[in-house]
Amino acid sequence: MRQDPAARITLHRNWDDYHLLRLETPDIAAEAKPGQFLMIRISDALDPLLRRPISLHAREGGAVEIFFQVAGRGTALLAQKKEGEALDILGPLGRGFDLGTDVQGKTAFLVGGGRGIAPLFFLSRELRTRGAKVKILYGGKSLRDLPARERFLRDGADIACATDDGSFGRAGFVTGLLEAEIGNAAPDLLFVCGPDPMMRATARIAQARGIPAQISLESVMGCGFGACWGCVKRIARGDGGRWRKICEDGPVFLADEILWDGDA
Amino acid sequence: MTPDLATDLGFLKLRNPVLAASGTFGYGSEFAPFMNLAGIGGIVVKGLYYAPREGNPPPRLVETAAGLINAIGLQGVGVEKFAAEVLPGLRTIGTAVVVNVCGDDDDEYLRVIDFLDRREGIAAYELNISCPNVKKNGLCPALRPDTTRALVARCKAASRRPLIAKLSPNVTDIAEIARAAEAGGADGISLINTLLALAVDADTRRPKLANTFGGLSGPAIKPIALRMVYQAASAVQIPVIGLGGIASGVDAVEFLIAGARAVQVGTASFVDPAATVRIVGEISAFCERRGIARASDLVGTLRI
Repeated sequence: MRQDPAARITLHRNWDDYHLLRLETPDIAAEAKPGQFLMIRISDALDPLLRRPISLHAREGGAVEIFFQVAGRGTALLAQKKEGEALDILGPLGRGFDLGTDVQGKTAFLVGGGRGIAPLFFLSRELRTRGAKVKILYGGKSLRDLPARERFLRDGADIACATDDGSFGRAGFVTGLLEAEIGNAAPDLLFVCGPDPMMRATARIAQARGIPAQISLESVMGCGFGACWGCVKRIARGDGGRWRKICEDGPVFLADEILWDGDA
Repeated sequence: MTPDLATDLGFLKLRNPVLAASGTFGYGSEFAPFMNLAGIGGIVVKGLYYAPREGNPPPRLVETAAGLINAIGLQGVGVEKFAAEVLPGLRTIGTAVVVNVCGDDDDEYLRVIDFLDRREGIAAYELNISCPNVKKNGLCPALRPDTTRALVARCKAASRRPLIAKLSPNVTDIAEIARAAEAGGADGISLINTLLALAVDADTRRPKLANTFGGLSGPAIKPIALRMVYQAASAVQIPVIGLGGIASGVDAVEFLIAGARAVQVGTASFVDPAATVRIVGEISAFCERRGIARASDLVGTLRI
């Protein structure tokens, strides 16, 4: 965990409002693990004030990559950054996914919804390096919301897609695709990132089938490193549930320990 | 010549006038990866109640124009865990440790002080009589002179350590409250805490914070903080510690000029985790540029 006040942008690609930035930052890249994130200073000025949390999409040598969708003022400004500019970043932050001691020969489903696909590319590479059999289940509103698909394919990943409007892959939510795939052959492990309702539904599916699932949560954050206590989620660890910090205790939690809003 | 930043509050001597503000610096250790903690004048630890505290449900934060509204609800570990797990590490840093003391009622403040008085390694208490988040309507003792004076007096009589009263800006006459804290026996006052605020979601017509109200901090509040520090410093003899939106060395210098003997840096530490040490360096550079030998020479020099 460190600050790099000048991580140079060496690549910027975009697909409509989805953007990929590669940042040259050797020390942070060396420490980075799948599921961790950066806090990125969007502006030198005081408005917008806060850094933005963005998950790590990949590591490429001494660089890390982020993949994000323009969703508000911060990401809109980030999307305007050009190759050659430098960003002030903190990272790698958070605990990331728990890859366990031995995933050799195990099957893992990685379920991503929309921009939630971002951390799963890094994870997919890491799991496959360790000998796991990985299947990507990727959902979006429409084909245009699946811009990361081609990169997974180029990387040799096994990938299936779902679109809400049926414009590509299976029609319907990615959770429907997940249930169908589990029906064929249940995986040993499940990793999930996407919108809250999708993660919640996925957690239910995993729990009903007894499949251990790790879920990467998103939140507005004040600092990203545990100081402000602003990004909490109700997490039960043998204590009935407490507000735990997404930035420091997460952002990845087990499906079994997350208490979703409205649950008892 | 290197300017002299040493700061004497009378009851407490600091290496330099920059402290990390309560509630924005966690328990200190969170910042160790990013900065030299010994390089700042002191750390005011996150508000401490006697028992562990749950805090408010999310959303707890809303970003506003050059500002931040928070309603954390003072989630924290309580005195036992603080003394066992946090204080030992804080003591080894080599900077002044000030504990921000909270209470739901007068007795709880006294219980926290009684517990901490029996531990070593604390330089002073900052009495948090001004947090607007705990109760929904933002009520706190610092809103009235009589409750301010009474609570400060009870805590001062019970405490073996210096007491700084942290004041609320959500009052009509800050000078009156500052005088009440002084009359109650406070060794110093710090201000301003956050401004009671509301953020509205126009689409849902609901408050953006689960707690409805929160406290506004950040650069947006600096002019209000400067005005209140000036008014308070003009009203009392005890040292004033200024805070509210400080993000640079020049910001800090402005507070010294307005009458603060020391400053606290809060929200800026979220944006730039090394903000406190950076500001120490920037104050020094400012003094050097202007040929000011001692930073303390700036205090209360506003020309009106």
